[in-house]
Amino acid sequence: MTATAEGPAKEMGSPRKRSEDARLITGRTKWTDNMAPAGTLYVAFLRSPHAHARITGVDVGQAKSRPGVVAAFSGADFADEQGALPCAWVVTEDMKHPHHPPMAVDEVRYVGEPVACVVARDRYAAFDALEDIDVDYEPLPAVVDMEAAVADGADLVHEGLGTNTSYTWVFENGDLDAAMRDAPVVLERRYVQQRLIPTAMEPRSVLCVPEGDEFTLYSATQIPHILRLMLATVTGIGEHRIRVVAPDVGGGFGSKLQVYGEEVLALLLARRLGRPVKWTESRSEGNMTVHHGRDQIQRLTLAAERDGRIRGLKVELLADMGAYLMLVTPGIPLLGAFMFNGIYKMDAYSFTCSGVFTTKTPTDAYRGAGRPEATFAIERLMDELAAELDMDPIEVRRRNWIAHEEFPYDTIAGLTYDSGNYEAATDKALELFEYDKLRAEQADRRERHDPVQLGIGVSTFTEMCGLAPSRVLGSLSYGAGGWEHASVRMLPSGKVEVVTGSSAHGQGHETAWAQITADRLGVPFEDVKVLHGDTAVSHKGMDTYGSRSLAVGGVALYSACDKVVDKARKVAAHLLEASEQDLEFENGRFSVRGVQQEGRTLQEVALAAFAAHDLPDGIEPSLDSDATYDPGNFSFPHGTHLCATEVDTETGMVRIRKYVAVDDVGKVVNPLIVEGQVHGGLAQGIAQALYEEAVYDADGNLTTTTMADYLIPSAADLPSFTTDRTETPATSNPMGVKGVGEAGTIASTPAVVNAVVDALRPFGVDDVEMPCTPERVWRALRSESQPDTAEPGAGGGLGTAGGAQ
Amino acid sequence: MPRIRVEVDGATYEDDVEPRLLLVHYLRDRLGKVGTPVGCDTSNCGACTVLMDGMSVKSCSVLAVQADGRDVTTVEGLGIGGDEHPMQRAFHEEHALQCGYCTPGMIMASIDLLRENADPSEEEVRDGLEGNLCRCTGYQNIVKAVRRAAAEMRTPSPEPEGREPEVMS
Repeated sequence: MTATAEGPAKEMGSPRKRSEDARLITGRTKWTDNMAPAGTLYVAFLRSPHAHARITGVDVGQAKSRPGVVAAFSGADFADEQGALPCAWVVTEDMKHPHHPPMAVDEVRYVGEPVACVVARDRYAAFDALEDIDVDYEPLPAVVDMEAAVADGADLVHEGLGTNTSYTWVFENGDLDAAMRDAPVVLERRYVQQRLIPTAMEPRSVLCVPEGDEFTLYSATQIPHILRLMLATVTGIGEHRIRVVAPDVGGGFGSKLQVYGEEVLALLLARRLGRPVKWTESRSEGNMTVHHGRDQIQRLTLAAERDGRIRGLKVELLADMGAYLMLVTPGIPLLGAFMFNGIYKMDAYSFTCSGVFTTKTPTDAYRGAGRPEATFAIERLMDELAAELDMDPIEVRRRNWIAHEEFPYDTIAGLTYDSGNYEAATDKALELFEYDKLRAEQADRRERHDPVQLGIGVSTFTEMCGLAPSRVLGSLSYGAGGWEHASVRMLPSGKVEVVTGSSAHGQGHETAWAQITADRLGVPFEDVKVLHGDTAVSHKGMDTYGSRSLAVGGVALYSACDKVVDKARKVAAHLLEASEQDLEFENGRFSVRGVQQEGRTLQEVALAAFAAHDLPDGIEPSLDSDATYDPGNFSFPHGTHLCATEVDTETGMVRIRKYVAVDDVGKVVNPLIVEGQVHGGLAQGIAQALYEEAVYDADGNLTTTTMADYLIPSAADLPSFTTDRTETPATSNPMGVKGVGEAGTIASTPAVVNAVVDALRPFGVDDVEMPCTPERVWRALRSESQPDTAEPGAGGGLGTAGGAQ
Repeated sequence: MPRIRVEVDGATYEDDVEPRLLLVHYLRDRLGKVGTPVGCDTSNCGACTVLMDGMSVKSCSVLAVQADGRDVTTVEGLGIGGDEHPMQRAFHEEHALQCGYCTPGMIMASIDLLRENADPSEEEVRDGLEGNLCRCTGYQNIVKAVRRAAAEMRTPSPEPEGREPEVMS
C-alpha cells in the first residue's frame, strides 16, 4: 500500500491487480474435477438419443458385470428417492409445472436427458459400460417449433398437462389502445432471440464425499447456498447434514445458477454406495444438458409521433421453456418485462409472455437473463423508428430518453430509475467513436457503391441488476429473497477474515472485497483474506448472479465493516479514557479529536478485545460483526454503445471495424476488473449477434453439440474495444455502486445488429435474423427468406453431431 | 499395455498405459498434474495445451503413448524454483484472466507463439491464439499480455521488476 502524506492510498477506485491470479496462472487451482479423495468412483450417464420417447425397459445387468464397474442404475432404481428438480419461481397461480425427475423414469423429453448411469473405478471404465446398457424406447412426436407448439391440436410435450403453454403473464400500464389509435407511425416487427448455450469454459463437475450420514458436495456451481437448501428439499436429507462447496469455479454466466439432476444423483449415489462419487461432463454432453439461454419470439408494435416521440409499446412474447421448468426458468423472460421500455418515456405499455414447452433442453438464466432480449427489441426498434422517420438514430433517442434532471424517474414498466445521465454517456461515446467522420465515410461508400458497406449501430441501454429487493421478488412470486450477507472477523493479530455469501467464479471478489475492507477498516489490503463458496465457512448467502455481488454483497460487507468500527469505538474509548463522541477514526486508527498523538489502531483494539482484560462493562470480547443487506431498489447501470461494421455485400461477411462502449456503472471499486467485465460482456453479446446459435433439427436433435458447431468466438473473431466510463452514482446504496457483470452483453447485441442492418438499409433490408452469419446476410441482400433452423450453416452449426443431413 | 517413459515438468515417469489413454488424462489422473484442465472433447478450446519437446500440443488430442520419450512441460512446470515465467507475470499484470480456466492453455500456447514470432502484432497474436478459447475476457487483455511478455522476453531486464507496487500507476 502506497503511503502518502494524507495517509494510505484509497483502495476503492484503484486498479489493483487481482490476488486470485497467483494460483490461476500457475495451475494450482482447485477445480472440482481436480479432486479425487481415496476411493473415488466415477459416474457416467447414458442419455436419451430421442427428443421424446416412452421408456419401456432399461437393462443395466450387462453393464454391471463389466470389470471395474461397481454399480449401474436406471431412473426406476431411484424413482422412490430422487424426488423432482425444483422450480423456485411459480410465476402465475395456474402455471403448469411438470414433474421433473433427475433421471428419467417413464418418458424422455429432450435429447440428452439422463436415463441410466454407471459407477466405476475410473472414467474410461464408466463410459465403456454405457454401451452395455439396453434401453427400449417407444418414440413420441418431437415438439420443436414454439409457434407450432401453441397451435391447436399440437403434439404435447407433457400429455398430462393438456397444453404446451406453461403460463401466460401480463403487465399493462397506460392506455395502449389510445396510444395506438391514429398513431402517425406504427412499426410492427417480429424478432427472434435465438437459443444460446452459455458455454462456461469449465464443464460442470460434481464430487460428493459421504462421511457417515453427512455429505460434502463439491460442485462447479454459482450457488452453493441455494444448492444446499434445494438438495435437502429434493432428497429429504437434513440441510444440516449437507455441506456444499463451490471450489474454484471456471465461469458460469448463469449456467451454474441451477440445481442439476447430476448434483442430486451424485448425492444419492454417494449415500447408496458409501463412497465418494464424481461426475464431470464432456463438452458434447454439456452442450445438450447445461440449461440453454434466450430463445424467444418477439412480436412488437411501437406507436410514435412523426417527430419521433414514442406513444406506446406492445410486446407479445413466446418464450421457450424447453422440456421442463428448472430453477428459475419461467421467470427469466419476465425479467425483461420491466426493460422493454429501455431508457425511454412513453404513455402506454403492454407486455404479454407465454412460456412454451418444447422437447428441447430446458432454458434458464444466461448472462443478462431477460434483459438482453428486451434491450435488443427496444434498441432495434429505435433504429427502425429513426429509419422510418429519416432521422438520425441518436436524435430519435434524445427525443425520448429520460433527461438527467428527471431522475428519480418512475417508468412505464413500474420501476423507479434512481439515477442516470444518458446525455453524458452518449456525448462521450460519440466523441470517442468519431461518429460524424464515420457517417461521412458511410455516405461516401454508399455513393461509390463500394462492395464493402459501412454500417453504424447504436445502443443506448439501461438494465436492472443487483438482484434483488426481496419485497419485489416476493411480489413476483419468486421463492426466496434477494439479500446478501457478509461477516468480518477481526483476528487477534490484527489480520482480517471476510466471509461473503457471494460466490465468485471469475469475478474477482477476493480482490475487490479486500479493497472495500481495507478502506473501511484502514487495514492493509494484504492483511485481508476473503472466504466464500463453502457453506461450512459461509453459512448464509444468496450467491452470485444478476450482477448482484457488489451492489448487494459488497454493500453488506461495507455495513459489516462499519459495525466492526462501531464496536471497536467503544473499546477504544475505554482504553483512551475518552468519550466515544470525542473519538475520530481515520486510516485505521482511533484518536481523541484534537489530540492526534493519543490513539489506538484497530489492530490494537482487536488485540485488547481478544485479551479481554480491560473491557468496558457489558461489552463482548469480540469485534466480529456481520450484516445482511437487502437492497431497497435495483441498480440501473446504463451506457451508450456504438458499433461500426463493414459488411461485404458480395460474401455477406461482417467485420466489426470499431466498437465504443461508454458505460455508467456508478462508483467503481476496481476499474481494472470493471473493464474486464465489460470486455467479456461485449464478447458474449457480439457472439449472439454474429456467431452463436443452438440449432435443433426437425426431429429435435441438437446439431451444435460441439465447439466445432457452436461457435464461441476466438481472439481472431473479435475486435479491440474502446471502453470508457461516466460515473453517476447509484443513490439506492451507500456505496453508489451498480452492477457491471451483464451490462456489456445486454448492450452490445443490438448495437452490432443495428450496424449490420444500417449497412444494408440502402438495399431495402430492415432485418437480419441472428446470428448474422455470412449466409444470412447474403440471403437478406437478395431478399431471400431465411432458412429455418437446422439447415446446415443456418446458425453456424455444421451438424457434425448428426441430425442435420 | 505399452510402457512409456515421459519427462513431465522436470521429473521422469515410467508407466504402463492403455494405448487409448489421452495425454491429458495421463497427466491429470495418473500423475496428479491437475494444473492442466480439460475444456472440450473436440480439440477446439485449447485449455489443455502443453508443450511437448517445446512445441504446443493440445493434450486431449495426443495419446499418452505418443508422449513416450518426450519432454512435456505444463503450466505447473513454468518458472520452477524461481520467478514466474514472463508470460505468467504478463497475464497477471494485464488482467488477462477472469475465471482462469483457459489460462494454463492460453499461457502455454502463447509461449509457443512467441517461439515462432518474437514480436507479434496484435493481429498476429489474435490469429496465433485462434485455437484457444476464452469465455470471460473478450481476449483484449490476453493480446496485451502476450505482447507485453514478448517485449520483456526480447529484452530481459537485468533485475526482474519488483512485485511490490501492485497498484497500477
